[in-house]
Amino acid sequence: MSRISQRFEQLAAHNKTALIPFITAGDPDPEVTVPLMHAMVAAGGSIIELGVPFSDPMADGPVIQRANERALKHNTSLRDVIGMVHRFRERDRDTPVVLMGYLNPIEALGYERFAEMAGAAGVDGVITVDIPPEEADDYLAALRAQRIDPIFLLAPTSDEQRIKRICDAAAGFVYYVSVKGTTGSARLAIGEVASKVFHIRKSTGLPVGVGFGIKDPESAQAVAQVADAVIVGSVLVNQIESLADQPDAIAPALSRSISQMRAAMDLI
Amino acid sequence: MPTTNQTDFSGQPDARGHFGRFGGMFVSETLMGPLRELREAYDRFIVDDTFKAELEADLRDYVGRPSSLYFARQLSQRCGGARIYLKREDLNHTGAHKINNTIGQALLAKRMGKTRIIAETGAGQHGVATATVAARLGLECVVYMGSVDIVRQEANVYRMRMLGAKVVAVESGSKTLKDALNEAMRDWVTNIDNTFYIIGTVAGPHPYPVMVREFQSVIGREARRQILQQAGQLPDALVACVGGGSNAIGLFHPFLDDTSVAMYGVEAAGEGLETGRHAAPLCAGTPGVLHGNRTYLMQDENGQIIETHSISAGLDYPGVGPEHAWLKESGRANYVSVTDQEALDAFHELTRCEGIIPALESSHALAYATRLAAEMNPDQVVLVNLSGRGDKDMHTVAGLDGIKI
Repeated sequence: MSRISQRFEQLAAHNKTALIPFITAGDPDPEVTVPLMHAMVAAGGSIIELGVPFSDPMADGPVIQRANERALKHNTSLRDVIGMVHRFRERDRDTPVVLMGYLNPIEALGYERFAEMAGAAGVDGVITVDIPPEEADDYLAALRAQRIDPIFLLAPTSDEQRIKRICDAAAGFVYYVSVKGTTGSARLAIGEVASKVFHIRKSTGLPVGVGFGIKDPESAQAVAQVADAVIVGSVLVNQIESLADQPDAIAPALSRSISQMRAAMDLI
Repeated sequence: MPTTNQTDFSGQPDARGHFGRFGGMFVSETLMGPLRELREAYDRFIVDDTFKAELEADLRDYVGRPSSLYFARQLSQRCGGARIYLKREDLNHTGAHKINNTIGQALLAKRMGKTRIIAETGAGQHGVATATVAARLGLECVVYMGSVDIVRQEANVYRMRMLGAKVVAVESGSKTLKDALNEAMRDWVTNIDNTFYIIGTVAGPHPYPVMVREFQSVIGREARRQILQQAGQLPDALVACVGGGSNAIGLFHPFLDDTSVAMYGVEAAGEGLETGRHAAPLCAGTPGVLHGNRTYLMQDENGQIIETHSISAGLDYPGVGPEHAWLKESGRANYVSVTDQEALDAFHELTRCEGIIPALESSHALAYATRLAAEMNPDQVVLVNLSGRGDKDMHTVAGLDGIKI
């Protein structure tokens, strides 16, 4: 069983929902990332989602676009990000790490080489925003060969047939994008999310995570009532941006946000 | 509609938009549904007689088609080789081939019940062509344009605004065409219910490459008929500039099965391929995935897209339509490049010897065509796509001469 599945089972045994914080690797500089991953775990992050910087992040809103630009100023590459996971694993062998990014850096490295390197470093799952299952045969084979979970996005525009197809290709969990739009764009409508998650559960036994539009402890709590995982990104990346010139203050600030969300989620 | 004489060349792409290993649909999940909806609408209307009649009437009465095919006698004499014919897309309404496509996509948008049009633009020609059809059909129009290009193409920005479009400056990334495309995609994913995204070239996810090709192929269909009439023979070579590649595909596609016709796509070598400051992914790039399709890209060893350079904003793009990538690999078409300086020389040459001021984009095709024609015989024919007129480039060219206008 993968580290991701184990983590979901442990949480379920304690009646808890997963909290998945997202940061962009290398933002605001590469030295910050690994200590920040540990801090987020200590504050209550159940799984760490690490963004892989890309020059053309088409699915991201302005906050995460700027995070990509800051990381790329230091030339943070996919190889570098894998190296960060490797360093994280020296002190943490339990917390799952998921990479999220775009296909082209993976194409440049080669699917098999990428999967070998990522697997060896202790990466547990990969979310690639711009590869639908229709194009993913070789990609899936490479990830599965290294026991890395391919995690796919589901959207408000996904019909029943697509939900089924995507869930069949996915492992670890599925990620429901709660709004039509880019990351950080809008507030989610919890009623619609609840009914869609209900539909998704008919097609899969995998845990369902919900992300995009979760901004505070209240929305995290609301989502926790319907989903298995709450994914939070832009609000954390926003904090990193505002503290970019005082890197020592970033970990305490993110820890505070994460523990507040964790506490709100644990109230249910 | 399969016909019996189709070969593999014109039979592309497959049902999911693949040209060999290129093309496809590499987008986020939110766009997969809307792209299917678009594909179904396109498949339905492109064979619909009422739609076809309306498109044909618009191309004739509004755009001014057919555009003429002009024998460039003086230019041919100067080269001392093959006869050079120019397909005069510069004479179209709004001054370039771009309107062939925006007319078609806007008619489709109307039929799909969309009330809002968005587009990306580099040089501003596609933005103007989109704003034009949106004004005429009474559709809201938003055009995304890199802030660097807004400075370079001030006059076109003003034209779009006069036509009622909102021009949004894109400040992310390199602030040029690729970033405008990213931003338009972000708008589309947010407003998919009422918005139609008119992509300006034969790139993007399926069905855009095949749809834009279909609307631009009117160029090649006319040119094939005209050259047979005027020269009594098929051309020996076709030459067209390639940024995203829509004018080139439009010219090439109806000739793909004429195996005696050589094809040359001309990319922007900028300051020279060896300097790295260029926009020639087919000549000097590597395959990758960007903007919804697999194609040749300008990228670094880590898969990051790198900034491009060309004197012509319309060629300043790090990718290229996937069909060109496939035509290159299959050997059916040749891809070559021309520097800023060579394009400028061709710009001045055509202006002075034929009295036609070409767009800087089209000047790349002219520069290569004159070089090619000089090595050929007078009984041979070179057909060049003069994809646009140079009015928009006065500012750039005058600036190089130290004149401010």
